[in-house]
Amino acid sequence: MNTEALKDLLYKIADDQLILGHRNSEWTGFGPILEEDIAFSSMAQDKLGHSLAFYSLLHELGESDPDTIAFTRNANQFHNSQLVELPIGEYDFSLIRHFLFDNAEILRFDMLTRSSYTPITTVATKLKGEVKYHVLHANTMIKQLGSSTEEAIGRLQNSLNEALPYALGIFEPSKYEAELIADGIYEGEEKLKAAWLENIKKVLSQTQLELPDLTTITPKNGGRYGEHTEHLQPLLDEMAEVFKIDPTAEW
Amino acid sequence: MLTKEQILTWLEEVKDPEIPVLSLIDLGVITDVTVSENDEKVTVEMTPTFSGCPAMDYMKRNVEEVLAKNGVQNFEVRMSFDKPWDSNKISEKGKIALKNFGLAPPPEYNLILDLDILEHVNCPYCNSDNTDLKTPFGPTLCRSMHYCNNCRQMFEQFKPL
Repeated sequence: MNTEALKDLLYKIADDQLILGHRNSEWTGFGPILEEDIAFSSMAQDKLGHSLAFYSLLHELGESDPDTIAFTRNANQFHNSQLVELPIGEYDFSLIRHFLFDNAEILRFDMLTRSSYTPITTVATKLKGEVKYHVLHANTMIKQLGSSTEEAIGRLQNSLNEALPYALGIFEPSKYEAELIADGIYEGEEKLKAAWLENIKKVLSQTQLELPDLTTITPKNGGRYGEHTEHLQPLLDEMAEVFKIDPTAEW
Repeated sequence: MLTKEQILTWLEEVKDPEIPVLSLIDLGVITDVTVSENDEKVTVEMTPTFSGCPAMDYMKRNVEEVLAKNGVQNFEVRMSFDKPWDSNKISEKGKIALKNFGLAPPPEYNLILDLDILEHVNCPYCNSDNTDLKTPFGPTLCRSMHYCNNCRQMFEQFKPL
């Protein structure tokens, strides 16, 4: 087994969850309605739990402890897709991002339940059940709002057009893609993307939203290799502020 | 000689801090208790309900305190996903306790979660199944929110997982 390949896979999954978890938490107290405030706050909490589970697997492979990994790296050491680091924007953007991301995440976890690396299958089996609620939430809201008022549909369509190039960046292949597939650790980004596309099309077809022609879109890649937008470093600075002042602080 | 049964009896005292009527045993998060023969070391295996549940650390500390209080000197409490929790692991006694607490217990299900399971929850107050799912998220990670069209009350469910 190629440990470097495995670590690369674990880092990108965990970093996606940590960063999106942080972004979701920015809705706490600001949600457009109470239920959505609670939903984004709950998903934030779940995602932090998920990142902890994957950082713990990395720790078992010899990386630093989860807090150190989460709070002491700089933006260029993060492997998250650029999609998750973008600011929360208005509610329609956060909802579209959540829809695009979690529909990929649940399929990724499903693939990982069949991984040849047993510690991953144990974690993925557990977390898949939790992400189901995220997908259920996203799909329900998209179906309802995507076929409601002209304003809602227009806003969601704009956000979909804006988020889609970044969403395609989720599937940026790792440099270890071939090894991971050959070792049976992970079935690969290409396969994930195809399954994802099928699922989001199914939901969008029940709305008045239109999926832009993907062949005309250039994916916003780079995130998996440490290239990020200007939005990530300020997020990390804020997230790690207390830890950097006092790593032993408890609250 | 310590026995597993004795330790499980002690652990009945440890409750879920967010649902104080439910013991950790009835919640199903204590997955194993072993006592090693040579040094009487007690190992308690635990698993989280939801991976991001902030109450898990608290529950683990409570288990440690109960062991220490009962004079166990050599013990270890381990948290892992080795035997992952699902809502079918809540005992019958636990489900009754939940309902009396005003929380609809999760239905026994085949672990394939679909919308039907969430949409037809029996109201814990009047038992009607004429209820609507309002949101799959609630005041804690393990609860969803529903409305009963029969007795016209909001209620929460302990989510199936």
